[in-house]
Amino acid sequence: MWDYSDKVMDHFMNPRNVGEIDAPDGVGEVGSLACGDALKLTFKLDENGRIVDARFKTFGCASAIATSSVLTELIKGMTIDEAAKVTNKDIADYLGGLPEQKMHCSVMGREALEAAIENYRSGGTKKHELEGKVVCTCFGVTENEIERVITENNLTTVEEVTNYCKAGGGCGGCKGEIEKIIQRVQGEKTKELPAKAPARGRKLTNIQKIQLIQQTVNEQIRPALRAHGGNIELIDVDGNKVIVAFRGMCAQCRLTEFTMKDVVEARLREFVSDELYVEEDKESAAEPHNHRE
Amino acid sequence: MKVVYFDNNATTRVAEEALEEIKPYFCELYGNPSSMHTFGGQVGRKIREAREKVAALLGCDPSEVIFTGCGTESDNTAINGTLAALPDRRKIITSRVEHPAVLQVCRELENRGYTVVEMGVDKKGRLDMDQLEEQIDDDTALVTIMYANNETGTIFPVSKIAKLTESKGVVFHTDAVQAVGKIPMNLSERPGIDLLSISGHKLHAPKGVGALFVRKGTRLTPYMLGGHQEGGRRAGTENVPGIIGLGKACEIAAENMAEENNKVKNLRDKLEKAILNKCPDCMVNGDTKNRLPNTSNISFEFIEGEAILLMLDKFGICASSGSACTSGSLEPSHVLRAMGVPFTAAHGSIRFSLSRYNTEEEIDFAIEKIPPVIDRLRQLSPFVAE
Repeated sequence: MWDYSDKVMDHFMNPRNVGEIDAPDGVGEVGSLACGDALKLTFKLDENGRIVDARFKTFGCASAIATSSVLTELIKGMTIDEAAKVTNKDIADYLGGLPEQKMHCSVMGREALEAAIENYRSGGTKKHELEGKVVCTCFGVTENEIERVITENNLTTVEEVTNYCKAGGGCGGCKGEIEKIIQRVQGEKTKELPAKAPARGRKLTNIQKIQLIQQTVNEQIRPALRAHGGNIELIDVDGNKVIVAFRGMCAQCRLTEFTMKDVVEARLREFVSDELYVEEDKESAAEPHNHRE
Repeated sequence: MKVVYFDNNATTRVAEEALEEIKPYFCELYGNPSSMHTFGGQVGRKIREAREKVAALLGCDPSEVIFTGCGTESDNTAINGTLAALPDRRKIITSRVEHPAVLQVCRELENRGYTVVEMGVDKKGRLDMDQLEEQIDDDTALVTIMYANNETGTIFPVSKIAKLTESKGVVFHTDAVQAVGKIPMNLSERPGIDLLSISGHKLHAPKGVGALFVRKGTRLTPYMLGGHQEGGRRAGTENVPGIIGLGKACEIAAENMAEENNKVKNLRDKLEKAILNKCPDCMVNGDTKNRLPNTSNISFEFIEGEAILLMLDKFGICASSGSACTSGSLEPSHVLRAMGVPFTAAHGSIRFSLSRYNTEEEIDFAIEKIPPVIDRLRQLSPFVAE
């Protein structure tokens, strides 16, 4: 059970300004059914350039609906320039706070507002587009967006970034990259050092090397493969040769040779040793895969 | 406000009869069953009775029942204990729709070098038996597949799996926490089932007690060490009130199983039919032809589960959801995703799970309240045309 403020519950049970404005001055649409929440915001300006009406339609949980409702109240009466300055924190504060795991709802509200303003400024032609490199492919979150939530909310851990913009909350394959972005933006402010893997550079015994390879497979590689219906098995380590087998969807994938092997090799070189190279165990790969899709 | 409790796959109300039996064992008969004196020893007799009652419901010998702390402990014990007893076998076969008490254990074992095969399921949540047969090899230590799914109620072909594992000489464990008390077990007639987990609070016993059926001759290394209790197979002073409650709950379940479940099924069907009739764009998840009598999992398209639950909560209606937003995670139910339920429907899935304590009036109340809630949320949704 979530600990929602009375204001969140009020705006969820009695949402204000539901609907769509006919011939709006600005339209912002963000999110999707797949992502679990989506918001369509429309607004109309008066002759003085102030937002005279704003309406929303939202697919999502109680806090997504409450956030949308409050957003429409918040921006009414504002000029476009004033509205452009609204942050996700303003929205969350106006609601009397949101549970940490629900902060991404307030970010969705700000994104929709931004998209609507962009749409207005382009004369109604421009639709919301992702800008910059996509870091989290599960939820389509870009580097720009991650940097922005880190700066605006002073975030220092990957978990916080996931709570605020969902990035890293799917397969988890981009968590390393998010860590690097936090490092870059926050510099010394980061509470925890990134990369769980032990410090490299020291000479490893064979046993340590094998254990580190297994650990890297378990923590850095398998979670991402599993999220896409696949899996990896460490078959053997022979000197610097690491023999692995791909299972499930990965085994069926025709690009196995060019993609998965390279990804695994890169990760192992990053976390264990530059000298490692990966070979796929052909016998295992030829076995029947264990998933149907 | 009156509570209308449709979340019995999460936990159940303790049966009054069980509570009455338990009461004296806190302040009056509080002895330790392991003690030499009569005061403690009489408690040991009561545990023996409880064991007989659990065995009667399962259709097995009382010596094959070990009491545990919960269903999760039973699952952990069954899986880890089997592997520890069979050190030369390194493969485990399970399904993608197991409860985390099984799935997480298997994934942890995978990290420790075991090969874990997670069998997929079809759109109705059914297993492919041919694929299972293909997967069982000489290296396989254990097949662990649930009896019935907690989210959809889909019943797995446990007897067929048991015949298969028996013929191949592989240990078979089934997590039956949702099935015991709803389906007759007759374990003495189904020799391929080696291990079976039970949870007390899913069948009107208190929380904090479970049981594990271990067929005679099954090799199992104990999980909890440090005492001779349960024949050395599960150390730790017994949860005496819990065990007595579980015994009584099993006795009650065995008494009128067919009749009670038929009543529950009729109520469930009435609720489900009415919802499907009154709400457009809904679908039932799971295998409707082969399902627990108390469970109905319905996807309401274009709206989100947590929002539905909170609105139902205002009427005192308790249900649960496979929606990501109810758990703080971002991906919806692993069960529905494994079944290939599209995101559009997975986010808005609601599980209603009934018990023998539900009434016709409660069903009528829910039928009156649910459709307007769905309608209201859809008016908010950008994916529904006005």
